[in-house]
Amino acid sequence: MTDPSVTLAASGGQAAAQVRPDAALSLRGLTVSYGEKPAVFSVDAAFPAGEMTAIIGPNGAGKSTLLKAALGVIPRLSGEVSVFGQPIETVRGRIAYVPQRASVDWDFPTTVIDVVMMGLYRQVGLLGRLTGALKARALSCLDRVGMASFADRQIGQLSGGQQQRVFLARALAQDADLYLLDEPFAGVDAATERAIIDVLKSLKSEGKAVVCVHHDLATVRDYFDNVFMINVRRIAEGPVATTFNGETLNATYGGRLAATHIDQLNLVEGA
Amino acid sequence: MGSEFVMFSLTPMLIGVLASVACALPGNFLILRRQALIGDAISHVVLPGIVVAFLLTGVVAAIPMLLGAAGAAVVAVVLIEAIKRLGRIEPGAAMGVTFTTLFAGGVLLLEQSDTSSVHLDVEHALMGNLESLVWLRATDWSSLIDPWALAGVPEELPRIAVVCAGVILLTLVFWRWLKISTFDEGFAQALGLPVGAIGMGLVITAAVAAVAAFDAVGSIIVIAMFICPPAAARMMTNGLERQVWWSVLFAVISAVLGYVLAGYGPLWLGGENAVSAAGMIATVSGIILALACAFGPHRARVGARAEV
Repeated sequence: MTDPSVTLAASGGQAAAQVRPDAALSLRGLTVSYGEKPAVFSVDAAFPAGEMTAIIGPNGAGKSTLLKAALGVIPRLSGEVSVFGQPIETVRGRIAYVPQRASVDWDFPTTVIDVVMMGLYRQVGLLGRLTGALKARALSCLDRVGMASFADRQIGQLSGGQQQRVFLARALAQDADLYLLDEPFAGVDAATERAIIDVLKSLKSEGKAVVCVHHDLATVRDYFDNVFMINVRRIAEGPVATTFNGETLNATYGGRLAATHIDQLNLVEGA
Repeated sequence: MGSEFVMFSLTPMLIGVLASVACALPGNFLILRRQALIGDAISHVVLPGIVVAFLLTGVVAAIPMLLGAAGAAVVAVVLIEAIKRLGRIEPGAAMGVTFTTLFAGGVLLLEQSDTSSVHLDVEHALMGNLESLVWLRATDWSSLIDPWALAGVPEELPRIAVVCAGVILLTLVFWRWLKISTFDEGFAQALGLPVGAIGMGLVITAAVAAVAAFDAVGSIIVIAMFICPPAAARMMTNGLERQVWWSVLFAVISAVLGYVLAGYGPLWLGGENAVSAAGMIATVSGIILALACAFGPHRARVGARAEV
């Protein structure tokens, strides 16, 4: 259901999406609109397993919207989503999701361990018992992000970085194969950023697919294998080494990114 | 003393307690979802629905009234949406306009129609008729096991008891869904939970509790119980489970203490007449909230961000 009246500058990289047999998450013709204006328009994408992919683009480019629409958190106008080659409804248990930290009320009356246990709700169902073994698993997930000693804290007492780590621990408790994270590094301290990237890299080494909405262009090369560049439409997609360059950045950000900034990023490439 | 208590005070007190608990339970989630006004809105729009049902059927009976109330609730939801979209007015204001207008319409209808023969008037709508729900067939405590006496309890009692039991059951069964979709709706949706249906179910449950409680105790108690006990409970604890227990405790204390104070308070103070039980119950719940604000262990908002 593509609307012919929608006219958007078609930038480079509009070649048909490569069909990758190892894709953990693939999108085909995904379109989302808020009101009249499309937020994401006819996007094809394939996010591979065993690798880390950054979704980058300017504010309002539809990065978070793309993730949420893929998950069904917001309705999509058209398009297909498949996860490990299956319709998403049949494989929800294999997906972990970390929403933006600011999307919830941290004044909610609950504890850190309780939030992590929410990652188990799908597994235990409405009335299944949360056994000691499950609680131990939740604790080990907290330990993995360095937050085990905060288990019984009220969540409102945490710093922004600690909150983000708790959200990551909840996703770990889901024991998934595909991890979708919405700006996991937004507004966190350096120690937390380090802790999170270590966990994500260990997930990758376990063969999981990791997809992050990311806003810090300076760390793309250090953290990620692949980059998916979006500005309402898909601009470019591929390995960071070949895809993340001045040309694609210009196409994605338009004039909003100063040339000197791009030069600095390319310097990192040379280093 | 025993027989007088059983005949005149036991049933109104029980009805007050059950109505308060039925409203306080969904109130916990409505407040955390920043939807506390919905309880207020529902209890107001119920009035015109009940009056119209009475005008159409000519009797004060439970079924038509509940249908009328439900119909009014639907009209209110449609109106609120229409005002929001067509008038481009923010949701809170649209809700406020709708329910005050409908309530005022209900009052006008009530005054214009001939309801003198039945127990339906503005005071009744606000305050209910808790004191009149007496158990005339009761003689003393042994009446509790006397089938003939039990058959004569005010019909409001079994009705609110069934609704209260239903609310408790739904809260227990859907606890995890309610908790997770209230805290983090996006995450709940990503898990594949039907968050739209959960939110709708919560509002419908609140509406049923409001209508059943309105029938027995009037809208003042409904409005107070949706907000005061859960809000006070939030300041007593930082855990949702404990918060809900506290809210039930506060609802029970409000109902019992409010009823006793209304009946005997003025006499103790040297007055002659009892005051409205519904009004006193709502007042006590407000006082509990004030005390929790002043002395509750978790009254300070703890969300202040302190970066590491």
